[in-house]
Amino acid sequence: MSTHNDDNTPHDETPGEHLPEGRGHGAGELSPADDPFADPGLPAHEHRRQDIDERAAQRSERTVALLFTVSVLATIGFIASYVAIPIDRIVYIWPFGHVSGLNFALGLTLGLALFCIGAGAVHWARTLMSDEEMVDERHPVAASEEVRAQVFEDFRQGVAESQFGRRKLVRNTMFGALALVPLSGVVLLRDLGPLPHDKLRHSRWKEGSLVINESTQTPLRPEDIPVGALVQAMPEGLDPHDEDFQVEIAKAAVMLVRLEPEDIKDQRSADWGHEGILCYSKICTHIGCPATLYEQQTHHALCPCHQSTFDLADGARVIFGPAGHPLPQLRITVNEDGYLAALGDFEEPPGPSFWERG
Amino acid sequence: MKKLSVRRRHPLAAFVVLLLALAATGGLYATLAPADEAQAETSAQSLAIEEGKRLYEVGCSSCHGRGAQGGSDGPSLVGVGAASVDFQVGTGRMPMAQTGPQAPEKPAVYTQAEIDQLAAYIASLGPGPNVPEESAYDPARGDAARGGELFRSNCSQCHNFVGSGGALTNGKEAPSLRDVEPRYIFEAMLTGPQNMPSFPDTTLTEQDKLDIIAWLDEVATSESPSPGGFSLGGYGPVGEGLFAWTFGIGALIAVAVWIGARSTKARKS
Amino acid sequence: MSTATESPKTTADAPKNRGKAPAGERVADWADGRLGIYSLAKANMRKIFPDHWSFLLGEICLYSFVILILTGVYLTLFFVPSMAEVEYHGSFEPMQGLLMSEAYASALDINFEVRGGLLVRQIHHWAALIFVVGIFLHMFRVFFTGAFRKPREVNWLFGFLLLVLAIFTGLTGYSLPDDSLSGIGIRLMEAAILAVPVVGSYLQMFIFGGEFPGHDIIPRFFVTHVLLLPGIMLGLVVAHLILIVYHKHTHYAGPGRTNENVVGYPLLPVYMAKAGGFFFLVFGVITMIAATVTINPIWLLGPYRPDQVSTDAQPDWYLGFSEGLVRMMPGWEWVIPGGYTLNFGLLIPLAVFPAMLAVIGLYPFFESWVTKDKREHHIAQRPRNSPTRTGLGVAWLTAFGVTTIGGGNDLFAVHFNLSINAITWFCRIGFFVLPVLAFFITRRICMGLQRRDRDKVLHGRETGIIKRLPHGEFVEVHQPLPQDQLHVLTSHDQATPMEVGPETDENGVRRRINPVERVRARLSRTYYGEQAQIPKPTSEEYHEITSGHGHH
Repeated sequence: MSTHNDDNTPHDETPGEHLPEGRGHGAGELSPADDPFADPGLPAHEHRRQDIDERAAQRSERTVALLFTVSVLATIGFIASYVAIPIDRIVYIWPFGHVSGLNFALGLTLGLALFCIGAGAVHWARTLMSDEEMVDERHPVAASEEVRAQVFEDFRQGVAESQFGRRKLVRNTMFGALALVPLSGVVLLRDLGPLPHDKLRHSRWKEGSLVINESTQTPLRPEDIPVGALVQAMPEGLDPHDEDFQVEIAKAAVMLVRLEPEDIKDQRSADWGHEGILCYSKICTHIGCPATLYEQQTHHALCPCHQSTFDLADGARVIFGPAGHPLPQLRITVNEDGYLAALGDFEEPPGPSFWERG
Repeated sequence: MKKLSVRRRHPLAAFVVLLLALAATGGLYATLAPADEAQAETSAQSLAIEEGKRLYEVGCSSCHGRGAQGGSDGPSLVGVGAASVDFQVGTGRMPMAQTGPQAPEKPAVYTQAEIDQLAAYIASLGPGPNVPEESAYDPARGDAARGGELFRSNCSQCHNFVGSGGALTNGKEAPSLRDVEPRYIFEAMLTGPQNMPSFPDTTLTEQDKLDIIAWLDEVATSESPSPGGFSLGGYGPVGEGLFAWTFGIGALIAVAVWIGARSTKARKS
Repeated sequence: MSTATESPKTTADAPKNRGKAPAGERVADWADGRLGIYSLAKANMRKIFPDHWSFLLGEICLYSFVILILTGVYLTLFFVPSMAEVEYHGSFEPMQGLLMSEAYASALDINFEVRGGLLVRQIHHWAALIFVVGIFLHMFRVFFTGAFRKPREVNWLFGFLLLVLAIFTGLTGYSLPDDSLSGIGIRLMEAAILAVPVVGSYLQMFIFGGEFPGHDIIPRFFVTHVLLLPGIMLGLVVAHLILIVYHKHTHYAGPGRTNENVVGYPLLPVYMAKAGGFFFLVFGVITMIAATVTINPIWLLGPYRPDQVSTDAQPDWYLGFSEGLVRMMPGWEWVIPGGYTLNFGLLIPLAVFPAMLAVIGLYPFFESWVTKDKREHHIAQRPRNSPTRTGLGVAWLTAFGVTTIGGGNDLFAVHFNLSINAITWFCRIGFFVLPVLAFFITRRICMGLQRRDRDKVLHGRETGIIKRLPHGEFVEVHQPLPQDQLHVLTSHDQATPMEVGPETDENGVRRRINPVERVRARLSRTYYGEQAQIPKPTSEEYHEITSGHGHH
């Protein structure tokens, strides 16, 4: 084998001085006998047991055949499991637990059937097929100088024949047409959805909306909520069966907590609540997860998605994490029937921020 | 009939009726009211309170203060109720071994009898939630589907979909609910231990709690079915990713190494 | 094709076989007359592929991809990509009567009504995770052995695009069941789109067909997941494979293995059996995993509702680093004059995420620009012989690892009893500090290994045998290496760093040197300078040492 390949690409324009001198060892003049690092060439092929001992080869043959046979049996087992095991049968299999018998049986039989085909083929290749290493020569990817010249010549001729360069008017109008035509495709995308308008700014809360406990689906009264409690709530008139329920709840979901009035650090926040009951949007202002990991002793609400932490005692100020602004607070009061009710919509858009939010 | 209707208007009739009514009420009371038992229970109760007070002073008062008014290291226990004591002491969270972000679960220090005495003592200090009846937390009586919905509204944000537990701020955590006794789950919801908010019956009815317990009984016990096979702890994609990076690709690389390895050569003679 | 001109010869040569050629040959002749398969077969049937386990990592990806297509087609037979609301009345008791989207209900049915549906779904999801793991490992192998160098830069780009597409196909795929966990992923996507300056809310409305979540996103993700992205990927996979065949595989240095040849086993029969067998092995292993280990138990997660959430809300692992970037960000949000909001808490991660991917794709061009290396390379380098590249690779991996840990900070907090805030701070600082440390440490280790190679070549292998010399000195016997090992340890290239040339020309006038060239020369020194390579031993050194006093 040659140990020299100073330059195997025809168009190597790089100055050579900083490139290595190929795979020679700075001693090209040394003959291989003198060069201790010369490539000794491919080592001689060594035989395997199977190459010289027919009995070993037959053992390999039997192993391969056995693997293929196991695969056949496993496929039969797969079909049998499919027919025999009911889909809802739960069985205890150590150490996996109480698993679906059907899934377990189908998976293992199919897995075994596939694995044995592969194992058989590989064992066959490794022990019976010739393992004599072979050599393929490589050739430079780049074309020869003549081919290159020919290609460029053909190209120039083709361009010239098209009169592309001469007829500027044809060329320029064609570019114009090609540049404009994709616009039709862009225009067609217009009806993918509506324009935003002020949709992101409003939620279902309006003045007088009762605060409905999401768990009991009943309106909440102040005395229902003791200090330390957390209640998930939504505006009245929102029914999970509604067509647009998901869209509405994504903006209108709130949580209520009750703090000792002296614990509330933010006066505006206290004023917007009712006797220490504060009603915050629970949609995190970062990406919109419900930030409802409420710690009743610290009054912190954590968002499980990215750990934005809001201090509910301090106007839901962000005290940790990637959220950029506090959770919007809903102004609540008690109506004449003694139920908690909103005094209006959120003052600012709930949920993640957007360019026009301000 | 006629005689009665004639004498109805007799001046003494009112007295007779009154006497009869009094006798009936008294008799009814005498038969129905377990006078002796009530007395016995009261004395047993006061004995329990007495015992509980003694236990409290030995094991709890150093943090929560004499008379459970609270101290520098522990909150006041007045009004937390028997349910709270049963939960905190029954799950081993109290007494705390050392101060930390939160009291971890550990084997209970007190016997159930002692816990009941402690609970009786604390309950005597102020009104609070009582230890629930057994029927209140019997998973068989709940609706798991509805409970799942309620769990995802109220609980999973801290405790994970299947109650595997999760992190809170600054080293606190919401514990795993796997294999936790339904009674303690009920009490925790009722009393809101440590940083957990409370879910009193006014915001989460007894039936709601029962449904949540039924859901947990369905998915968060060691008997819960895991149809797909080994559950990887129910931690979601992180566990799955780790598995793919270790066992999954590991098995495939092992196979690849086998394929790429030199076949065994015949021993040189 | 040349079949027309050759046909007279064929007929002249084979009159005796005419009419009784075996059926297989006749079919092949038929096909060759129309498709020219013989010239293709001549070039490729005995094509040589080198044998090494690390060359099979790419095959893991290929086979996972095939498995994904097979199982994916099956799943589409049962999945209903609709967000219409239905009440569940299937056989899974703990969901009875709940309101959910048709997508989620049909995903439940795949698990509980279709026999084997659970298995196929789990194979599909496990294969998806392993597919991307395989791509990563395959790219590590190619990167750290320098196999992306000329002529393979384009194929590196194809592979890189496959990685990016695989990530997004995964994202759209795990969103499809519309369960509570995947819905959070879609919500993050929505917020990310909203955060885009100027056009964010418009884009969001167009992509979701209205406000979040609307009724369109699942059907739109569906067509992206089953048609658009896999279609592009299939094309890229084919192109990737064609280029592999065209370039011929790289191989590791060894006796008889040069830059001008490839040594290995022929496609027919050995690689046909090994590669074909490996497909079945990969399929079998993934199927057995799917039989025994749950993945994404959507029946426990519940249908998506924007007001419900669970802790441990993570994407699949390959998006863990983007999740970490988002979690690590401080909450920076500016309201700029005019009342417009810039949400850096999302914008910066959104910029860093593609940047972290893009540097992978662009690296080969950067390295060849720095090193001015325009030669073809077919011998896989040892990572130690390119310490700067290896260091950069490890630095990237460190950044990836730190962000991935950040993405799972809540789980690490719980399982290692740490504070989630502390982990987040560790990741915030570690993202900047640890990659730099990793770079220098890695480079040091590589240099140490190079030095050890040099010692091994010059002084032989340490045998552990202690010999006492006549004058009482104790020495360890070193055994000289056989020639093939000497060759392997010295066969790598060692270039000298680029020079910008003298500051003045031959007349003593100051030369204007392009500042870009200066930077380039500086970078070239970090690749080829003294701190990056230990000079290989020369034959003279070797002879001098070995001819002297034997065993030192």
